[in-house]
Amino acid sequence: MTRFILNDELVETNLPKGMVLADFIRYKQSLTGTKLGCREGDCGACTILVGSLDDNGLNYESVTSCLMPLGNAKDKHIVSVEGLNIKGLNVPQKAITDHGGTQCGFCTPGFVVSLCGFALSDKAKNQEQGTLSIAGNICRCTGYKSIERAIGTIVDSLVDKDDVRPIEWLVSKKFLPDYFNTIKERLDEFKNESQKTNILNTESVFVGGGTDLYVQRPEEMFDKQIIHTLHHSDLKGIWKDKGRCHIGASVTTEELKQSTVIKELCPQTDQFFNLISSLQIRNMATIAGNLVNASPIGDLAIFFLALNSNIVLNDNGALREIPLNQFFQGYKTLDKKENEFVQEINYLLPTSSYLFNFEKVSKRTYLDIASVNSAICLHFDEQCKISMAHISAGGLAPVPKYLLETSKFLIGKLPNKSILDKSIEIAQSEVAPIGDVRGSVRYKRLLFRQLLTAHYMKFFPELYNC
Amino acid sequence: MKNIDSYTHTRGESIYVDDLPILGGTLYGVIFDSPIAHAKIINLDISQAKKMPGVKYIITYKDIPGENQIGGIFPDEPALAEAEVHFRGQPVAMILANTEKQGREALDKILFEYEELPVIVDPREAASKGEIIGPVRTFRLGSIDTAWNQCVHIFEGEAYTNGQEHLYIEGQGAYAFPVENGSIRVVSSTQGPTQVQRGVARVLGLAMHKVEVDVRRLGGGFGGKEDQATPFAVLASIGAFISNKPVKLVISREEDMRMTGKRHPYSSDFKIGLDENYKIIAYQADYYQNAGASADLSPAVLERTLFHGTNTYFVPNIKISATSCRTNLPPNTAFRGFGGPQGMFVIEAAITKASEALGIDRAIIQKSNLLQEGQEFSYGQIIEGCEAQSTWNQAEKDFEIEAIRKRVKKFNINNKYLKKGISFMPICFGISFTNTPMNHARALVHVYQDGSVGASTGAVEMGQGVNTKMLQVVSKTFSLSPDKIKIETTNTTRVANTSPTAASAGADLNGKALQIACNSIKDRLLSFIKKHYNVKDLNDIKFEDEWVYIENKKTELNWEKLISNAFLARIQLSEKGHYATPRIKFNKTTEKGHPFAYHVYGTAITEITLDCIRGTYVIDKVSIVHDFGKSMNPIIDKGQVEGGLVQGIGWLTMEELSYNDEGLLLSSALSTYKVPDVFSAPKEILIKFLETENPNLAILKSKAVGEPPLMYGIGSHFAITDAIKAFNPNAIGLFHAPMTHERVLLALYDDNKNQNGNVIINNRIEKTHKQ
Repeated sequence: MTRFILNDELVETNLPKGMVLADFIRYKQSLTGTKLGCREGDCGACTILVGSLDDNGLNYESVTSCLMPLGNAKDKHIVSVEGLNIKGLNVPQKAITDHGGTQCGFCTPGFVVSLCGFALSDKAKNQEQGTLSIAGNICRCTGYKSIERAIGTIVDSLVDKDDVRPIEWLVSKKFLPDYFNTIKERLDEFKNESQKTNILNTESVFVGGGTDLYVQRPEEMFDKQIIHTLHHSDLKGIWKDKGRCHIGASVTTEELKQSTVIKELCPQTDQFFNLISSLQIRNMATIAGNLVNASPIGDLAIFFLALNSNIVLNDNGALREIPLNQFFQGYKTLDKKENEFVQEINYLLPTSSYLFNFEKVSKRTYLDIASVNSAICLHFDEQCKISMAHISAGGLAPVPKYLLETSKFLIGKLPNKSILDKSIEIAQSEVAPIGDVRGSVRYKRLLFRQLLTAHYMKFFPELYNC
Repeated sequence: MKNIDSYTHTRGESIYVDDLPILGGTLYGVIFDSPIAHAKIINLDISQAKKMPGVKYIITYKDIPGENQIGGIFPDEPALAEAEVHFRGQPVAMILANTEKQGREALDKILFEYEELPVIVDPREAASKGEIIGPVRTFRLGSIDTAWNQCVHIFEGEAYTNGQEHLYIEGQGAYAFPVENGSIRVVSSTQGPTQVQRGVARVLGLAMHKVEVDVRRLGGGFGGKEDQATPFAVLASIGAFISNKPVKLVISREEDMRMTGKRHPYSSDFKIGLDENYKIIAYQADYYQNAGASADLSPAVLERTLFHGTNTYFVPNIKISATSCRTNLPPNTAFRGFGGPQGMFVIEAAITKASEALGIDRAIIQKSNLLQEGQEFSYGQIIEGCEAQSTWNQAEKDFEIEAIRKRVKKFNINNKYLKKGISFMPICFGISFTNTPMNHARALVHVYQDGSVGASTGAVEMGQGVNTKMLQVVSKTFSLSPDKIKIETTNTTRVANTSPTAASAGADLNGKALQIACNSIKDRLLSFIKKHYNVKDLNDIKFEDEWVYIENKKTELNWEKLISNAFLARIQLSEKGHYATPRIKFNKTTEKGHPFAYHVYGTAITEITLDCIRGTYVIDKVSIVHDFGKSMNPIIDKGQVEGGLVQGIGWLTMEELSYNDEGLLLSSALSTYKVPDVFSAPKEILIKFLETENPNLAILKSKAVGEPPLMYGIGSHFAITDAIKAFNPNAIGLFHAPMTHERVLLALYDDNKNQNGNVIINNRIEKTHKQ
C-alpha cells in the first residue's frame, strides 16, 4: 500500500507502485489540473510539488509527475495545482493573470506549481532564480515574456518572506491555502509509523528518480516489482572521509548542485548544473540513475569521469569498488551484475592546485541532451606543470568516454599552445562518433575540438589572446 | 481586458478533451498506424489482437459505414488505409478496449504484412517524377523576360526552410458519444468544428444534422488542428457508431508527432535583379513545397506562399511559381503563417545574396524597395493603407538604429570570439481566407430575461483570446459589464457552417457577425424604449454602464429592468448575425483579384550575440513596430506578437524536423525536437504599437494579429548569419533554415561548402541511438 497526503487529503492506495503519479492524480483522483503534454518530463505541464520532512523541516520540491512512480510518493505531501487554490487567486496565479501570462492555458497549471515551488524554496528571491524555477516548463503560446513579467511581480511579493516560518508567512500572504500549516504535523505522524526496509533484490527493478526509466519504458514499469531507492537513507548523503568525497547513490542532481563540496570544486559548478535537465528533473534524478542508464552522453557520468571517480556496487551487502571509467564497458553495457545496485561514488579531493571545467552544447541550451559534452580536471605542480589530467567526453563513443591517452599525454607537460593542440589531435583519435539526430559526425568532431578549446581558453586565456 | 479564461486556467479548472468526466461504458481507442512509409498491404490480421483482454472491437476500413474519405480540398485521404499506405503513422486500424492500456497491449498482436514501394521524401524528387498535387501555380506582374535586361545586378540561388511541428501542448483528441436515432455527438479539439462535422457525416454516411460537434477550447492549435483534428474525431465517431458506446481517443505525444503533418518544408530557387540604385527590378522564384502524402490544405498553403512571395517589397516584374509535391511523409498542413513565411524567407535570402555580393548592408536593399500606397501586388490588389515605410521608419527612429549599428561594430572589433549580428525584418501579411467563399461567419446571441447574455459564434478559443474579444464586442455594443456575458462553446447546432478559426480572421469574421446580432437586439430595445417612453429621436437614447440615458439624462431604467420590461412586452431577445467580408474576390484562372480585406504591416530589428567557440547564440533583443490598427485588447495583442515571434524564432533556430530516407521521423519526441524554452526567447522584446486611424475592415478597427508576428522570427536567421560573417567573412549564402547550433558551428569553421555557399548537412542518418 502507498500512503501519502494529496493536497489536503490522506490517500491510501493499493494501485501498482510503478504507476506514474500523473496518471494516478488525473485518472484515479480526477484532479485534471495536472496536464499531460509529453510524458517524458520535457514540457512540465504535469509539474507537482513533493513535500518531505527532513532535518531542516518541511521542504517542497517541484517534479514532473509523469516520470514519478506512485511508490515514490510514499509518506510525502503531494500537491497538485488544485491543492494550491485559495479563495480567489493566489499570488502567482494573479500575477500570471495580470500580465497576460496564460493563453491556451494548457501549460499554465505547471507554471503555477513551479512558481509556488519557487515561493516555498529557500532560493534567493530574484528574477534569475524565479526564471530558473520554470526552466522545465514549456509554453508554446506566450513567448514567455509575460510569464517573466509575472515572475517579477512574484519576486516583489516575496522580498519580506519570513525564512523562519516560511509556510505560515506564505499562507498569510495568499501564496498558499491554509491547510499547508497542518502538513508538517501530519507528515510527522507518518514518520513515527514508518519502518525502515532493507534493500533486497527479489526479481525486481531498482528505481531511483525514474526519470530515465519512465521515458524509455513506461509501459513495462507499470507492473514491475519496484525497489524504490530514491528515499532510502542508506543511499543518501554527501560526506568527506580520508581525503575522499563520497556521494550516496540516491543523491539527486539538485542536491548535488546545492552541495558545498560541489560548489567548492569550481566557481561555475552552479552554471554547469543549470545545463543539466531542469529543476523538476534534477529534483528526482539520482546520480546512480544517470550512471546506470549508461547513456554515452550522461552529463553526470562525464562530470565524474573527469574527477577520476570510483563507483561502489552493493550485492546484498557485499561491496565492490571499481573505477568509474571501467564501469562503462560498451553501448549500454555495464560492469554490474543483475543483483547489484549502486551504493555510492567517490573521488579523491584535490590537494594540489587544479582547474576543473565542464562544457556542453546541445540543440537547445537548457533542458536538452548534449550533442557533445566534456569535462576536464588538470592538477598542477609547483612548476606549473600538469601533474595529473583527467578528461572525459560524451556523445562521441558508445560509452561516456574517459580520454585515457589524451590525459596521459598531458601529464608532465607545461601547457603551451602546441601541446594543447597536440592533445586535441590525440583526443580526436580516441573517439568515434556516429551521426544521429543530435548531430552529424562532422559536427560532433568539430564541436569536440571546440569544447576542448573552450576548456583550454578558460584555463589559459593568455595562450588564446582572449 | 485580461483573457477571460485566465482565472480557470491558472487554477487548473479549465476543461480540455482529456479532462471530461468519463461516462460509464466508455471504450478507449488506440490507433494502429503504418510502420512503413509506402507499401502495398498484403495482409492485415487482427484475429490475435481481438482475443486480447479488454479488447472489444478492432475497426478497419471494411467497417466504415459511409465513405472512407476525409480529404478536405481533394478526396485523396482515407480515414483508415485500404490497399496501400502512404506514410509512416497513417492510421490502418483502431482498437477499442475497456482501458487504454489494454488497447495498447493489443497493438503488437496485429499482424501487418506488406510489400514495400519506393519512398520519396524530397519535394524536388517528387516533382521530377510527376508526383504533384493540383496545378503548378504562377503569379506574374510586369514582364519578367524583358526586365532582366534592365537589371545591373542579377543573382541566383537556392533557399531551404524545414518544416515545423506545431507542438500544441494539448495533443490531438476527441470524445464521441452515440446519441439516439443514430446520431453522434463529438467533443473535439479542433479549429474547424464544421470540418469535423462534415468529415464524420461523410464517413458514417449520415446527414450533417445528425452530427453535433462541440468545442470548449484547445490547448493550442497553431493550424495543426484546422484540418488534422478531423481524422481523430472521425475515428472516435466511427468507434462510437459501431460500438454504440462512448469512445475516447486521445493520442500520445509521440503518436501525435509521427501521425500528423506539420509546417511544409520548402526548397526554392530564386533569381533577383536590381538596378544601380538597388531597386529590385525583377524577381523570379520557384517553390517546391513538400506536401506529404495527401493534399490536406497544401494547395491553399501553396497559394499563400505566392501571395507573400515578395513580402513587403514592391517589385515591378515578378514571376513566381509554386509546385505542391507529393511525398511519403505525413500530410503537411496549416501552421501559423500558412505558407507565407516560407515565401518571405526566399525573398529575404535573395536580398541577402545580393547584399553579400554587392558588399552592402542588406537593410539598404530592403529599405529601398518597401511598398507604397497605390502600388500593385503580383496578384492585382492595389495597396491601400500601406504602413511598410512608416513602420520601418519608426523602427529606425525609435530604436535608434544608428546607435545599435555603432554598438555592434564596436563590440565586434573588441571581441574576437563573441560577435553580434543584427537584422531588419519588415513584414506585410494579407488578412482573409484566400479562398473567398470561406470569408463569412455567423453568431447567435440570447439575452436572457434576467439581463444576462449568452453568445455563440463560430470562433474557436485556442489561446489567442478570441472569446475575450467576442465578449468585448458584446460588452461594448450593449454597454454591459463583462460578468453578465458568457461566451458559449463553439457548437455546430448553435452556429452552423462555420469556417475554421484560422487565417487570423477568427475575431474579424465572428466579431462582425456578433456585432450585427447584438446591434439587431439593441435596435429593437431602442425602438421599444422610444415607443414606451415617448422619445422623439432614437439617437437621443444611449446605453451607458448598464443604464438607459435619454437626452443624456440618466433614467430610472437600468439594463435588467429594460430587459425584463422588453420581455414582458414580447420583444425578441435572441438574434443571429451573419457577416461576409465585402470587396474581396480572387480569380484563380487569371491569378488576379482583391483577395484580402486588408494587410498588416510591421518591422522588427533583431540583435543577437554569437559564441564563436561553441557555435551557440543568444537572442538579445527584438524591437518591433507593429501595425495593430486600433488594438481592442493590447494585453492579448501584445501576447500574440510576443508568442508569434518566439514561435517564428523556434522555426528558424532550434526546431529541426529530421526524417530519414525511409520517411521515419527521427525527431519524434520532445527529447529530440526542441522548441523554445524561457531561455531561448529573446532576452528583451520591445513592442511599439503603431496605431493607425486608416479605415480598415477589422473588428473595431483592431487588426488581425494571430499570424503576422511569426514572420518577425525570420529576422533571427539573418541576424545570426550576420554575426557568423563577422567571424568568418567567407560564410556567405547561408539560406538553409533552421540555423541550429550545428549549422552555425560548421559555417564558422568549415570551408567545405557547395557552390551556392550552402553548408550541406546530411539529414539522413542510418543509425540512431536512443540515449
